[in-house]
Order: sequence, then structure tokens, then C-alpha cells
Amino acid sequence: MTDSKYFTTTKKGEIFELKAELNSDKKEKKKEAVKKVIASMTVGKDVSALFPDVVNCMQTDNLELKKLVYLYLMNYAKSQPDMAIMAVNTFVKDCEDPNPLIRALAVRTMGCIRVDKITEYLCEPLRKCLKDEDPYVRKTAAVCVAKLHDINAQLVEDQGFLDTLKDLISDSNPMVVANAVAALSEIAESHPSSNLLDLNPQSINKLLTALNECTEWGQIFILDCLANYMPKDDREAQSICERVTPRLSHANSAVVLSAVKVLMKFMEMLSKDLDYYGTLLKKLAPPLVTLLSAEPELQYVALRNINLIVQKRPEILKHEMKVFFVKYNDPIYVKLEKLDIMIRLASQANIAQVLAELKEYATEVDVDFVRKAVRAIGRCAIKVEQSAERCVSTLLDLIQTKVNYVVQEAIVVIKDIFRKYPNKYESVIATLCENLDSLDEPEARAAMIWIVGEYAERIDNADELLESFLEGFHDESTQVQLQLLTAIVKLFLKKPTETQELVQQVLSLATQDSDNPDLRDRGYIYWRLLSTDPVAAKEVVLAEKPLISEETDLIEPTLLDELICYIGTLASVYHKPPSAFVEGSRGVVHKSLPPRTGSSESAESPEAAPSAGQAAEQPAVIPAQGDLLGDLLNLDLGPPVSGPPLAASSVQMGAVDLLGGGLDSLMGGGGGFAAPGPAVPASMGAPLGSGLGDLFDLTGGVGTLSGSYVAPKSVWLPAMKAKGLEISGTFSRQVGSISMDLVLTNKALQVMSDFAIQFNRNSFGLAPAAPLQVHAPLAPNQSVEISLPLNTVGSVMKMDPLNNLQVAVKNNIDVFYFSTLYPLHILFVEDGKMERQMFLATWKDIPNENEAQFQIKDCSLSADAVSSKLQGSNIFTIAKRNVEGQDMLYQSLKLTNGIWVLAELRIQPNNPTFTVRPLPLAVPVPLACPGAGRTVPVGSPLQQRGGSRGGAERSQPPEVPWLSRGARCSPLSLSPSSLTFWGAGGERRC
Amino acid sequence: MIHSLFLINASGDIFLEKHWKSAVSRSVCDYFFEAQERASEAENVPPVIPTPHHCLLSVYRHKIFFVAVIQSEVPPLFVIEFLHRVVDTFQDYFGVCSEVMIKDNVVVVYEVLEEMLDNGFPLATESNILKELIKPPTILRTVVNTITGSTNVGDQLPTGQLSVVPWRRTGVKYTNNEAYFDVIEEIDAIIDKSGSTITAEIQGVIDACVKLTGMPDLTLSFMNPRLLDDVSFHPCVRFKRWESERILSFIPPDGNFRLLSYHVSAQNLVAIPVYVKHNISFRDSSSLGRFEITVGPKQTMGKTIEGVMVTSQMPKGVLNMSLTPSQGTHIFDPVTKLLSWDVGKINPQKLPSLKGSMNLQAGTSKPDENPTINLQFKIQQLAISGLKVNRLDMYGEKYKPFKGIKYMTKAGKFQVRT
Repeated sequence: MTDSKYFTTTKKGEIFELKAELNSDKKEKKKEAVKKVIASMTVGKDVSALFPDVVNCMQTDNLELKKLVYLYLMNYAKSQPDMAIMAVNTFVKDCEDPNPLIRALAVRTMGCIRVDKITEYLCEPLRKCLKDEDPYVRKTAAVCVAKLHDINAQLVEDQGFLDTLKDLISDSNPMVVANAVAALSEIAESHPSSNLLDLNPQSINKLLTALNECTEWGQIFILDCLANYMPKDDREAQSICERVTPRLSHANSAVVLSAVKVLMKFMEMLSKDLDYYGTLLKKLAPPLVTLLSAEPELQYVALRNINLIVQKRPEILKHEMKVFFVKYNDPIYVKLEKLDIMIRLASQANIAQVLAELKEYATEVDVDFVRKAVRAIGRCAIKVEQSAERCVSTLLDLIQTKVNYVVQEAIVVIKDIFRKYPNKYESVIATLCENLDSLDEPEARAAMIWIVGEYAERIDNADELLESFLEGFHDESTQVQLQLLTAIVKLFLKKPTETQELVQQVLSLATQDSDNPDLRDRGYIYWRLLSTDPVAAKEVVLAEKPLISEETDLIEPTLLDELICYIGTLASVYHKPPSAFVEGSRGVVHKSLPPRTGSSESAESPEAAPSAGQAAEQPAVIPAQGDLLGDLLNLDLGPPVSGPPLAASSVQMGAVDLLGGGLDSLMGGGGGFAAPGPAVPASMGAPLGSGLGDLFDLTGGVGTLSGSYVAPKSVWLPAMKAKGLEISGTFSRQVGSISMDLVLTNKALQVMSDFAIQFNRNSFGLAPAAPLQVHAPLAPNQSVEISLPLNTVGSVMKMDPLNNLQVAVKNNIDVFYFSTLYPLHILFVEDGKMERQMFLATWKDIPNENEAQFQIKDCSLSADAVSSKLQGSNIFTIAKRNVEGQDMLYQSLKLTNGIWVLAELRIQPNNPTFTVRPLPLAVPVPLACPGAGRTVPVGSPLQQRGGSRGGAERSQPPEVPWLSRGARCSPLSLSPSSLTFWGAGGERRC
Repeated sequence: MIHSLFLINASGDIFLEKHWKSAVSRSVCDYFFEAQERASEAENVPPVIPTPHHCLLSVYRHKIFFVAVIQSEVPPLFVIEFLHRVVDTFQDYFGVCSEVMIKDNVVVVYEVLEEMLDNGFPLATESNILKELIKPPTILRTVVNTITGSTNVGDQLPTGQLSVVPWRRTGVKYTNNEAYFDVIEEIDAIIDKSGSTITAEIQGVIDACVKLTGMPDLTLSFMNPRLLDDVSFHPCVRFKRWESERILSFIPPDGNFRLLSYHVSAQNLVAIPVYVKHNISFRDSSSLGRFEITVGPKQTMGKTIEGVMVTSQMPKGVLNMSLTPSQGTHIFDPVTKLLSWDVGKINPQKLPSLKGSMNLQAGTSKPDENPTINLQFKIQQLAISGLKVNRLDMYGEKYKPFKGIKYMTKAGKFQVRT
């Protein structure tokens, strides 16, 4: 007796018969009847007409019958909503049953009945079940919340079920936790905005604990949930990784891959120098290899993911080439994926093996696979230069087999090899030409024609060959037609005498007899070029072509990073972000890899849009203006080579700190500009004023000033944030003009063009003086250097920090924004030398509040050297005195907006610590800059107390007659607003 | 999560559908049929098929496609693993998993599927738990049920489901307490024309059959645990002890289960136990080809190689073959061009060989591809990686169990290129 008997009643009155049986008094008969109904249902027959009769069987003690009725209800309730209400009472009653199995079954089935009216009745039983004493019921109820949410989200929120569900994450039973996480994840996926899975270190800890105890499926949900968490630092990331690693040994491949995802993502945060980083890399390889011994379907998904992993971190699997070798009875989809990964892993070390394998594959039976294998040989040649020669000879061997599709495929890839290594392997052309007649695929024909055109001067009968193609011109595909047109024009330019007729023929075919606009346009362009200026035509048509590189088939880095976050999901199989295929893509949140917190790559952090190299480390919170001023002055005169020991100890006040930076690099002895740059950052906390410091870094020779300091270029706009456009740059000032030196790098896979730049309003009115000139479109992996002249006549708006500059760059892809800090010294004008008398008078008038003081340590230059170095950056020495063995330098500088800054620099011989004292600013009354009144910066009144090495006593200003007021300075005119402006600085007084 | 499941037979009929959320129309399978048509063989149907509104994930086993329909972003491995688990469960329940068997037991199948998944979330996939919920059909039970009117649906919550050891039920009792472990290793290898190894790796598993009373706590130690650096464990194994002491410590599930699987890929550890000498040549001019293969033992540690079976897919141009084996029987199927030779045991004194000629289609050039030889064999009482179990101890129970260990080496995907 088997269930197949249920299928046998196909008589006319089947439904009627079943109806009678369902209403029978005999239990056994009823059950048989319900079974028949279910059987019909499984094969897609419509038995909804029996609804009332089946529901009548629901009230029973027989669990099997009850389950069967429930199965039926789930399928048909939706089509009979009014009838479904009849079942509600039984459900509610069952939810009170002493048997947990029945309670769970009731709540589970009720959730599956997708009828609005029923949901109202569901709330109370569900609430009870969520708090049920039996974990089996609780875990079933957790899933039920997700079901209900799918039907009526508002109801779930109003009833507070979400909170209850969140509480279940802390449940004592791991299965309940896993189901709660799964339910929450599903709800969160449909409502990305709701912050449901509020992950914090505590909840993460709970999840990690549950991870060890719950079922394999629960582990998958928990791991996927963990992957969405962003650890706050590398230590937390490491500790999570440590607890996740054991999952790599799980027998369930989905668990393994989810664990790999978590590790790949969090690894991003670990410093590469860490021992643990290396250990982790090693641990990742074996589980990935093991996935490849599973069933072919699992292998396929694993391979698609490995493809991503190999592109992101090739080091993980670089020694595992052999596991990707193809077995002849692998399904074709596995073979093709393996081949792809073999090429990605190919390197000089293993190329011989790879080639031998590929050659073997090229003799297999499956045409698709053979083609791809041949293509792979070509890609190896392009990827591993040393192997090119062997690849070419392998391809030639394959051409000798005369297997049609192999030959065609080989010719296509040989064309690519020619483009990568021009003028190296033309000797093979003869062999290729022998196979001309067998080519019937457009791509192969086009490739062959390209080769003939490109090397026309070396092929004696090139004209004949091309002519033979020309006969059937109109039957060819567009690809071939275009190629043929170009090839003949090339030929004509190379051998004009004998091919004039041919070129005229093709031009007329292309322009007069063709309906294809592309072809026609190309034809006309050539025609006109040739008729007006053959020399220009030669330059255009025979121009040197950019070499192709292996990267063309790689996934774009930004997309790759996103896909890495989706390892193990459908996105990773499609190699597309979920937004590209998820139904309706209801606001799918883009995921991104966490930034590395370790030392090496911090400059990439997107927030920092630093001006000078040093500023890269700068925190987002930036000093009040007082500090900035101080900044300007805080000359850090450390000897540049020894590394800048302006350590925290020397820092008496915040301002110093902020400003101190960088100056030391300026003072660089003989080193020249650039060298000290990288050494600097470590020394200073937050070197805002770096720019100034940089000034000192002029070549050692006194008086041989070659312009002001230029900071090394730093990355302003990382490629990740700008669809592949990377911008780095710096600012410089040369003979009175300011310029922004930019390097634009195209890291995307498409050509960029139409660049333009714009600045937001800023504190000093900086604006581009000329449009951004990028002459040629920027090809992938190409970069271009541009010097953009700036002026200071733009509109003014106070920025915070003061030297912040917001920039918008446009190209054909999009508009990108970034902000950067420019060093203030680019704003010091050449006529910043104040009259001596004027200086004296001004110095006295500057109020105390405007004063600041800093020390610069470990700078062993003499007063004269300092003076001349500073002059190079337009900071002029007005007077020099020697008091009690100390050199005092009095200096002035003027900003582009007319603000004056006066400073005193005290140098003690034999003490490498310089003290910079009152640093006030003064504004000569009305000046060119319209915004001057609002932006008057004034030295903040920071008093130095008890300096570390400079000594507190000595930091008092010496009694100088002409500074009788204690060396206080005042601006000539100071608006009230400017005082408040600097108020913040005043509060920093120690 | 998993929305629906369709079972499709080789001729493209949907013979079972099950929905865990709202019903999805059968028409979604049209996309699958398209892909099926494009693929030359059933094995080559891609496992992931995107459609405009759904994604179809399928596995192909026992000549049945198990097609899962999903609508949102879920880990595909999770779905595929689950489908394989479904197949395993069917096999466990009905002995074989075939269309006929599924149709015969359609109600049980339906009940089991309902129990395995709730709203697309896996609910109970451990076979011992399932069997408590829904009892597998046996002839005896069917008879008893018909007479007494009882059912094969358990009405008690399975005890193991929520305990700390969900894989084991409580109150297990046996009169004979026994624990058997089978160490089975499969060699996957590709050997090139000249007989040198291109790749070789060992996929090993330890399958256990444990019938012990109560809650035994077992430890299993190896003579050379260092061989195992790439392992996947059954959830019952305590990972920490393995990490620190290289000892397998676990409370076993009741009955048959896979304790661990491992992977040895270091080339020097993989001994190749057989070699194949071959001489297969086609001549351009004549329509006759020569065919000769000999199989012999290589590194067998003194054990006999048995169950040897040689299969080879001959090129399409081969019309027929006339061969004489020195032992065993051979068949050449002129339609599929599959040659198989059942060799049996290898006697090292008298190596088995198969010689003869091939008839090629007249007038065509010689075939481009060389046939690959596929080899199957078994070696009893040997784990080719050298893995050896040191001892098995039991704690937690008083009785003395009977213990047994068996080793076996088999060919996995063992291919010789010619």
C-alpha cells in the first residue's frame, strides 16, 4: 500500500467523492480522504473547493490528521479568506495545549495563513508563545514574527513584537537566539532603514557565544549578522576573528563560507605587520580548498567566491594552483570557473604547469571549454611577460591542429598578444595567414584583418588578402566591416602607391552602399582626412596604441570591495552588487570594507583630505582660530633628518601642539624639500600648522632660496570614493603666484574626460585662476599632473578650520567632492616686510589677548640661517637683537587679505629649543580683501608657563626698550567680532 | 529564505511542489527548462539560474532536479547544502531516493519537508530528530497503523531537539554496545601521459556507527594526528580539545554519522597505488587504431588492489572495438562510445591487460582528442595517507563497549590522460 493510490482517482466526480469521504464519520476514512487531497495538491491540482470540508476535520486528537489539515490550510487559506476565519478558534485553543509540539504547530501554521483578518487573532497567542516556557515554542514563535511582519509590518511594530524579538537575542537557548537573529535579519532586509539589529559589543558577545552552541543553520545566520558589524578598533576585530576561526572547520560549507566572509571583512582592519594577520591568511586557504571537494553545485558557488577572494588577496591561494586543475568529468560550469581562477593565479613560478594544463584542455571535447582554454593561454601571455614566448608557441601548436574553433580562438588571442607586445612575434603571421580561409566567425575574421592591417608593411600580399575579404563586404558583420575599413586605410597609408584603388573601393562601399551609421561615419572621417591632409591622417590612423594590460578582466576595485562584503551571497555568485538584481532593490544598503586602523594605510582614510603630508593625520576636530594663528608661527625648527622630536613633552598648550608640526621639516639642513616630509607626522600630535614649519625646509645654503616650501603630495580623494578617480596634490607658491599641483589618476576601467574643478567659498577667497586643463582623456591606469594657478579674489566665507578648502571635481562620470587643508604659507605675500618704525608702533599697540607663545625644539640652526630660510617663505626679519646671549628675531608677514602678523623668535645658542613669542596679527585698515574685516585673525593670548626645556623664567620677554609694554602687539584695527572669533583660543590658557 | 521547492524528473515533469511561503507559480520553472535545454547533459545544468523576480538554485541527484526558488538575497550555499540534506533525508527514510519512491510516499515526504523548513528557515534537519517526529514508513508499521488506526506522526516533542547535545536522544538502550569506525580515503588524481602525477589529493572521512547505551563520552586519538591539518568536524566534536591536544572528544549521535572529513593535499603524502600503461594510437591513413592498456600495482604497502574498473570515453570517430582482456570482462557501447572494463583483482605476478584494435569511421581524419582513462579500485585495510587510530576510550558510562576500526582506500576521481 503506497501513497501512489491517492493519485489514481481520476474519475469525473473526484471532488464530489472526496467531499463525501471527508464528511464520513469514520476517522480512518477521513484521514485517507485528506491524504488524497494533499496528494492532489502536491502535483498542482486545484482542490480549494474542498476547503470547508477539510477545515471541518481540524478538530481532532489525531496529530497526523491535524498536521495534514494544517498543510492544506496553508496552501489554500489565501484563496478562501472568509472560510479561513473558521479555523481561528481551533488555532487559539491549540496555542493553549499542554503539549509544546501542538502549541508550536499552531502558532507556526497560523503565521503561514496569509490572511489579514487572521493576523488580528494571531497577536495574543503569538505574544504568549514568545514568552513560552518551552524553547521549542519560543523559537517557532520567533520565526512567526518574521512571517507576520511580511504580511503586516505595521501591526508587528505596533504590538511591540520587534522588541520582544530583540530580547530573544539574549535567550538562554542558542536555537532561540539563532532563530531570533534569522528573523531579525529577514525583517531588516526588507526595511533597511530600521535599525533593528543594533549591534554593539555586548550583543556581539552574545552572538559569539550562541555561535558555538546552535545548529549549523543558526551559525550561518549569526555569522552573516556578524559580518554587518563594524568593530570599533583592530583589537576588537581580532578578537572576533579569533572566535570565528573555528567555524572554518565546520562540515557545512555554508557555515565555512560565511565565516570566510567575516574574516575577510575584519581582516581589512588588522595591521599587516601583525603576526595574527599572517596566521589568519594561512588559516583561510585549507577550508577554501576543501570546499572544492564537495558536490559540484557547492563547488560552483565556492569557485565564484574564490574568484573574488583571489582578486582581493591573491596571497591566500597562491600555492594552491593545483586544486583548480580541471577534471575531465567536472560539470562544464565548474570547469569554466576553475579556468578563470587558474589564470588569476598564474605567475612566473607556476606558468609552465599552467600552460601544460591549458594545452591539455585545448584538446578536450567540450567546445566552450576548449575555446576558453585557448583564450586563457592568451591571457597568460599578457599577464606573465616571461611566458609570452611559450604561450605563442603553444598557440601555434594548437593552430597546427587545424581544429576550426581552436584556430579561430587562437587568432583572436594572438591579436591581443600583438597589442601587448608589438613588433615581437610577427614571425607567426605567416602561419596565421595560412588559415585565413577557415575563419568563419566575425571575431576571428576581425582579429585577422586587424593583424593584416597593423603589419601591412611586412606582409607582401596584404592588399590581396584584404581584397579577398572585400568581395563579400556587405555580408560581413559590422565588426568585420569596420575593421576592414580601418585595415585598408592603414594599408594605404603604408603603401600608398599600389593600393589607391582598394582604398577608394572600400570608402565608397562604406559610405555609399552601407546603411550602418557607424560605418558610414568612420568612412567619411577617413575619406576627409585622407583628402585634406594625408600627413595628419597618418598621425591619426597609425598613432601608437596604448598597450593593453591584464587588468582588463579584473573587477573594478570599488566593486570588488563591495562584493567582498557579500561573500557567500547571491551577489557574490553574480558578481554584481545586490542593488543590481534584488527585487525592487528597496534601498539596499551599500556595504563597504572597514578602513584599516593599522599604521600602514591610514592615509587612505577617506575623511582626511589633507593638504600637506602631515595633515593627513589630522583629526577632524580642528582648533579654534587662535590655535591656527599660533600655528602659523610655531616654528618647529628641528633638524629634519634625525626625525622630528617635537614630542608631546615640548607642548605646553594645545595650540603649540596643533601648530608645531611640520616646521621642523622646513628647517631641513641640506636635504632639499621633499625628503623630510614623511618623517614628520610621527612627531606631532596634530600638526595643523604644518605648512609653516615646512617653510624651513629649504636647502641648507643661506641665501640660496628657491621659493617657498612645497609639501609632498598627498591623496585628497581616494579612488574608492570617486568611482576610480584618485586625486592627490599639494599647494605651492612661486614668485607671487599660488598654484595647486594635482595628480589625477584613473583607477577605473573606463576612460575619463571632461574634467572641471570648482572651489567652495573659503576663508581667503582662493579660487582657480584658470579652468582645469586636461588635454587628453585619461585612460585607465594613466595619471596626469596638472598645475592649477590660483588667485585670492574669490568670495570669502569663514571656514572651520580656517584653512579648509572644499573642492568639487567633475568628470564625464560624476561630480566628486573633497575637502583639503592648504598650508597658510602659500598666502604670505612677497611685500610682507613691515617698516621698522611701523613694526615698533604696531607691536606696542597689539593687545595682550592677541598674544601666543610656542616653543620649537631641536632646531640647531643659527639665527641667520633661520632668518634666511623664513625669508624664502615670505616671513621677513625686521630686526635682530642679542639679549643675554639669546638671539631675538622680530619678524613680520602679510597674508593675501592684508592681515599682518608680527612675531618674535628667540634662539638660545647651544639650546636646540627655539621659543616663538608673541604672535599677533595686525590689519592695516582698509585692504583689498573684502572679507578682511570678518576674518581678522589675531594671535591668541596663550601664555607659556613652565616650559619643559625652554624654562619658564626665560620665557618672559626680555625688557626691550622698544617693546616696553612687554612685547604686546595689537592689530591696527580690530573689530569686535574678530575678538569673539578668537575667543576659543583664550580659554585655552593654561 | 527558501520560498518553494520543485522536484523535476529527467523528462522535465514537475512531480512535486512545496511552498513554505505564499505559493509561487510553476511557470517559474520555465527558466529552468530553458537552461536544461541549453545544457548538453543533465549534469551541466548550472546550479544558479537568475530569473527576473526569483533565483533558482538546483541540485541534481538520483536523476531528479531539486529546484529551490528564492526571492531575496540568501547565501546560495545554505540553500544548496539544505537541498542535499533533503535528498539525504529521503534516502534515509525510503532507502532509495527515486521518483517512484517519492510518489509512493508523497504524504510522508510532504510532512518531512514541512518539518525541515519553517517559513524558509531550517527547523529540524538532523535525521534522528526527524525520525522521532515522523516515523519512516515500514511495511510492519503500515500494517499495524491500518489495524490500530495509529499514525506514523510522533506526538511528543523530540527530546534531543533542544538539549545541549541536539544530535543525541536521551534514553538510548542497547544490549550489545558497539562502536565501529570506518576510515575511508579516496584518492583524487590526475596522471599525465608519461605517468607522472599532476595533482593528487586524498579526501578522507571517518564514518562511525555507534550503538551505545546512555550518554557515552568518547575520545579518539591518532598515531599521527599531524596529517590532519584540514578537517571538518561533525558538530559533536569539541573543537577546543582538538586545537590543543589533537584528540577527538565527543558525545556521539546515535547510529550512523560522519565524524569528520579531512583533506590531504601535500603531494609527498599522497602515494599513488596503481599505474596504467597505455598505448592508444590512431593513424591518419588507416581506419584502424591500436589500443592497449595494462594496469599494475605501484605503492600498495603490500595490500591487494581489488574492485578495479577501467572506463574510458572514446572519441566519437570510434565505431567499434575488438579487444581481448587477459582477465575480467569488457563492454564497449557504440552509442555512448563508453568503454568499460571490469578487471577485478590485480595479481602482481600476472598483470591484467586489454589489447586489440579500434575501427574508426572511414574517411575522417583522426580524432583530435585523446581519451582519458578513469580508474576505480579499492584497497582494504589500508589508509593510503598513513593515518592510524591509536585508541578509543569511553567515559561517562560503566559498561565495556565493543570497538572496531576498519580502513579502506578507494579511487575518487582518478584520471589517467593518454
